[in-house]
Amino acid sequence: MPRKKSRSDLVVLSRNAPALHERVALPVSERHLNFGDRWGYAPAPEAHEYIKLQKRYPLFIGGKFVAPKSGKYFDSINPATEEKLAEIAEANARDVDLAVKSARKAYKNVWSKMPGRERGKFLFRIARLIQEKARELAVLETMDGGKTIKESRDIDLPLVAAHFFYYAGWADKLDYAFPGRTARPIGVAGQIIPWNFPLLMAAWKLAPALAAGNTCVLKPAETTSITAMHLAEIFQQAELPDGVVNIVTGAGETGKALVDHSDVDKIAFTGSTSVGKILTQAVAGTRKKLTLELGGKAANIIFEDAPIDQAVEGIISGIYFNQGHVCCAGSRLLVQEGVFPHVIRKLRDRIATLRVGNPLDKNTDIGAINSRMQLDKICELVDSGLKQGAELVQSNARLPAKGYWYPPSFFTGVTASHRIAQEEIFGPVLSVMTFRTPEEAIERANNTPYGLSAGVWTDKGSKIFKIVNKLRAGVVWANTYNKFDPTSPFGGYKESGFGREGGRHGLLPYVTLE
Amino acid sequence: MPRSLSIDQVMVEERAGAFAKRSIKTSAKLSGLKMAISMMDLTTLEGKDTPGKVAFVCRKAMQPMDPRYEVPPCAAVCVYPNLVRAAKRFLGNSGVKVASVATAFPTGLMPLKLKLQEVRSAARDGADEIDMVIDRGQFLAGNHNRVFDEIAATKEACGAAHLKVILETGELQTYDNVRIASELAMRAGADFIKTSTGKVSPAATMPVTLVMLEAIRDYFYETGIRIGMKPAGGIKTAKQSLAYLVMLKETLGDDWLTPDLFRFGASTLANDVLMQIAKVVDGNYQSGDYFSLP
Repeated sequence: MPRKKSRSDLVVLSRNAPALHERVALPVSERHLNFGDRWGYAPAPEAHEYIKLQKRYPLFIGGKFVAPKSGKYFDSINPATEEKLAEIAEANARDVDLAVKSARKAYKNVWSKMPGRERGKFLFRIARLIQEKARELAVLETMDGGKTIKESRDIDLPLVAAHFFYYAGWADKLDYAFPGRTARPIGVAGQIIPWNFPLLMAAWKLAPALAAGNTCVLKPAETTSITAMHLAEIFQQAELPDGVVNIVTGAGETGKALVDHSDVDKIAFTGSTSVGKILTQAVAGTRKKLTLELGGKAANIIFEDAPIDQAVEGIISGIYFNQGHVCCAGSRLLVQEGVFPHVIRKLRDRIATLRVGNPLDKNTDIGAINSRMQLDKICELVDSGLKQGAELVQSNARLPAKGYWYPPSFFTGVTASHRIAQEEIFGPVLSVMTFRTPEEAIERANNTPYGLSAGVWTDKGSKIFKIVNKLRAGVVWANTYNKFDPTSPFGGYKESGFGREGGRHGLLPYVTLE
Repeated sequence: MPRSLSIDQVMVEERAGAFAKRSIKTSAKLSGLKMAISMMDLTTLEGKDTPGKVAFVCRKAMQPMDPRYEVPPCAAVCVYPNLVRAAKRFLGNSGVKVASVATAFPTGLMPLKLKLQEVRSAARDGADEIDMVIDRGQFLAGNHNRVFDEIAATKEACGAAHLKVILETGELQTYDNVRIASELAMRAGADFIKTSTGKVSPAATMPVTLVMLEAIRDYFYETGIRIGMKPAGGIKTAKQSLAYLVMLKETLGDDWLTPDLFRFGASTLANDVLMQIAKVVDGNYQSGDYFSLP
C-alpha cells in the first residue's frame, strides 16, 4: 500500500489530470475536425545511403552493358530534389538495330528452341532475385520516379515479383492455356513502357513475352530508366541467355527507331493515347502485331447505399495513389446527389490527413510529381478548371521548396462539358460530378472516349452486377479500387487501347495459335 | 441527410491495417507513448481482486514510473463496484479517476432494476466513471429500442458520473452491428463508447475501433457533440498502442488526442509502453524486472 508521505511527487504529476468533458453540442460553425500538429510524426526516412548508383548507365544489349553508338547521354533527375542522379545512355537507330539483331539471334538459336520448362526456370530465378533485392529496387524506384517508398515497397515490388512468378508458371503449360491449339511464340517483341510504374510495367511486358518464348527489346521511359538497368543486372545474375532481353534507353526518337525497325514482330506500348495513335499509324501496313494500353478517365460511382466511409477510402486510393499518375485512376467521381454533401465533407477532411513530401519518408502518402513537364500539364488543366468555373478544394499541405509537387486536390461544380471532366490530368486532381439515378450514372460513366476502368460502390450485390455489365470499361472494381493481381487481365475499351495484360489473356498478344 | 450505415468489411480492414504501417520514431514515439500512458484506464477485473491488489494498481496509475522519465499518471483505475471505495481512498486527490464496471458486468443479463441499483451504488461510492455493458442478447434479438432505453436509464442513474457504454463487439460480430450499436449508444447518452469487456475474444481490434471512430465522427458532424472512444482488451504492446493513436489522430483529428476523449482499457499494456519509454530515453532495453507490476 502507498505510504502517505510519498504523495508529494504525485501532486506535481497529476496537474495534467483529465477534466472530463461534458456532452456539449458545438454550434454548426465549430463542427469541424482539426488535423494539425498536436502530435506530429518525426521524420522516418528509409535508408538509402547504401544504394550504389552508377555515374553512367550504358545500354544492355546481348547480355552485356555497352556504351551507346550515339555517344550521347542524358541526365536522370530525382524529381523530389531536382538533383541529378546519373547519366543515361541515349540509344539511336544503330543501337536499336544492334539490340533487335541480338534479340533475333537469341530467339533463333536459344530461346525459341528451349523447352518451356527450362524457360520457366529462368523466370522463377528472376522472380526470386527480385524478391531478394526488393528493398533496394524499391528505394531506387522512389529516388528515380518520385513515388513514395510506401507504395514502391508494398505495391510495386511485390507485384513485379508476382508477375514473374505467375508467368513462370505458364511457361511449361502453354498447351493447356489454349486447349486444342498450339501456341507458338511470335519472335522479337519491341516494348515501350511509361514512367508511372517503371519496374512493374517492365514486368507486365517482359514476363508474358518471355514465358511464351519471345525475346525482347525494352525501352523504358526517359525519366525513369535506372531501375530497368538494375533489372538487367538481375538478368545477368540469373544467367538469362544473352540477348533474350535487351534494354535501350532514350526518349521518343529511340522509341520511334524501335517501332520502325523492320525485324520487330510485335510492338507493345503503354502510354498516352496521342502516342498510341501515332504508333498505330506507324505499324499500319506492316506485319507487326500491336497492343496498346493507353489513357483513361475512369468513373468512380458512389451510390447512396454505399458503405460511405469505405467509399471515401476508395476515392482516395482511386485518385491519389501514385500521385494520380495512374492510367486507370478514378479521376471522375460520380456521386449520387443524396449523399453528395456528406461525401464531400468526408473527402475534404480526408485529404487534410494526406502527407505530401519526401517520398523516401515511410509516412509520406503523396510523393513528387514525376517531372517538370507533367507538373506543368497538371497546373495547366487545373487552371482551365478554374477558368471554366469549377470550385477547387486543396489540402493545405506544406510543399517542399525544391522538387516537383502538387497537393491533393478535387474540383466540385464540374459538368461533363468541362475540360477537367474530359481530359486525363494524370495528377492528384479529382473531378467530382453528381447523378440522380442508376441510368444516369451509367450514361455519364460511359460518356468518354476512354474505357480503361471504372469503380462502383454500393451495398447491393445485384446492383453491382447490373451496373458493371453496362459499363464500357476493361476493368471494373466493385467496392474497391486500384487493385492489381497478375492473374487478372487488364486493358481497355475504345481509346484506352486494345489487348490484355495479366492472366491467361496476357499470353495471347505474345503467341500465334495454330 | 440520408446515409447508409453499412460497413464494407474488406475495405475497413484494409484501412485499419494502413494505420499500423505508419512509422513512429524518436520524438514522436516518446510523446506518443507518454500520451498512451495518460490515456490508460489501468484495469483489474478479476474474481480474486482485493483492496490489496487495488492498492498496487492505484499506486502504479498515480506514478507509473520514476519521475525522471516525466511520465504522466494514468487517466483512471478500472475496478468492480465492490472495490470503488478502496480505489477512491488510495487515489485520494491525485486526479486519477475511478472507473467502475457495472450493470451485471460482463454479461449484462440481470433485471434492469438491479443493474440501475448497481450503477447508483457505484456512483455513490465515488466512481467518476461507469463502464456499462449493453444487453447483447436483446440487441441480437433485434430489440434495439430496449437496448436504447437501458442505456438512457443507466445514464440517468449515473448522475454526475460519466458513462462508457461497452458494446462487446466480439459478440456482435459484424461491423454493421458495431456501427448500429455505436449509434444507439451515442444517441442514448453515452459519453464514451467502448469495444469490449476483456472477457470475450476477440476484444478490441483496429477495424472495430475504426468503425466506432467513424460513427463518432458522423455523430459529431451531425450534432456537434464529441463522444469519447475506449478500445479495451487485447492491446498488449506499445507498438499497438501507437497504431491506435495514429488511427485516432487521422480519423478524428487533434481534438480527440486527450484522455478526455480517448482511453485504453488495459491491464498489461502499461509496462510494455514504459519499457519502450525507457528505451527511447536511455538508449537501451531494460529487463522487465525493473518495471513494477500493477
